[in-house]
Amino acid sequence: MIRTAVAVLRKDLRIEWRTKEAVPAMTLFSVTTFVLFHFGLDRDTLDGPLASGVLWVTLLLAAVIGVTRLFAAEREQGGMDAFLLAPVDRTALFLAKAAALLIYLLLLELVAVPAFAILLLGPDLFDAMPELLLVLLLADVGLAAVGALVAALAAETRARELIVPLLLLPLVVPLLIGAASATAPLVTEGGGGEDLGRYLALLGGYDLVFGLIAFGVFDFLLDD
Amino acid sequence: MYSKGFRPIAIATVLLTAVAFGLVFFYAPLDGDQGFIQKIFYVHVPMAIVALCGFVAGGIMAIKHLRTGDRSWDMRSYVAIHLSIILGTGVLITGAIWAKASWGHWWLWDEPVLVSFLIVFLLYCVYYPLRFSIEDRDRQARYSSVFAIAAGAFVPINFVAVRLAEQITHPRVLSQTGGSLPGEMRLTFLVCLVAMTLLFVTLWKLELTSKQASMQLKRLRGRLELRAEERAAMQASR
Repeated sequence: MIRTAVAVLRKDLRIEWRTKEAVPAMTLFSVTTFVLFHFGLDRDTLDGPLASGVLWVTLLLAAVIGVTRLFAAEREQGGMDAFLLAPVDRTALFLAKAAALLIYLLLLELVAVPAFAILLLGPDLFDAMPELLLVLLLADVGLAAVGALVAALAAETRARELIVPLLLLPLVVPLLIGAASATAPLVTEGGGGEDLGRYLALLGGYDLVFGLIAFGVFDFLLDD
Repeated sequence: MYSKGFRPIAIATVLLTAVAFGLVFFYAPLDGDQGFIQKIFYVHVPMAIVALCGFVAGGIMAIKHLRTGDRSWDMRSYVAIHLSIILGTGVLITGAIWAKASWGHWWLWDEPVLVSFLIVFLLYCVYYPLRFSIEDRDRQARYSSVFAIAAGAFVPINFVAVRLAEQITHPRVLSQTGGSLPGEMRLTFLVCLVAMTLLFVTLWKLELTSKQASMQLKRLRGRLELRAEERAAMQASR
């Protein structure tokens, strides 16, 4: 199963490397959204809960783009039928897609977080880097699991561009709560993260529960 | 097949709803703080509890559908979610009325139960576009079930998460479920809860039966048309 997943993942990453469809669009979207927030809020620098909220809402909206494109190659070129014909475990596809989405999200954040720090953030981000990385990673794992499930659910519907954001955004509200609340003290001048553990536990619990659920039900989406 | 025991449940629903109304208006005492408007509590809270249980029950029925491959379980899950969304609309409306009357605002973001319910409601509203944008019947049932399971698990997680987002915990939320209510109010509340549950089950069975009947009618009509065509073809050949 792992070998199949790695093979599918390598194929996805190679396609992404050659077409450059999802990740550049996601990063461009996030930077554009920061500019929009600058004008929409009419503020030059942000800090505290406001900064954390702007960052996380932008990241989640950018993730929607990645989720919408996640099964694009399979759908347009009939790769799904080929995968179903192959004598391999179907869950491997879920693992591969979730891993691909996780890598896209990490690449997105590699650009979006520094861009946010330069464009909008008031306080220095360097001191809080280890905690922020942990929050980002935990949120990304949950987002990747839920995103892969939502992408597969929406892939076969007629209105998939509508279904993905409508389905994904309410599902990630707990992630947003955990991530934004955990990040808020990190981007406050002189603020310490006293509640960090509680929100990290929330993120971890979400990752675990939704990872297991997505892992368990994914097979039924392919059962033809 | 869905209508088993429908009549006794329907009769019990009518009786218990009448009793519940009687208790609410003539037995339960007036609330000291809120006065008469507090009576909306006997509709709002049972409706919310039943709607949430209906969502989770829809998820459990969906698990049954995926395990057995029996399409009737998908139908059950669909109707349960459908009714819960209708009840959910009622919950949001009665909740807003109650909030306006007792707190002076139509909506309060610092009330975790209200916010959680809105998020769950918004998520379940996507059930319809998802279900009806898939044409293949088998796939429609499967995909809807996967959604119902994921969303059903989301309900409790979401409630925990929204509670965590609140810095102050609200002790009065606990008391809403009947923990520290005075005896007469609690009895009334419990009767209302049971009446609402029965109402849900009655409507659920009714909707399932009617859906099954209309499906059967469609099948029979199709067969009738087929036979008429055959007969016309035979007469023409004669």
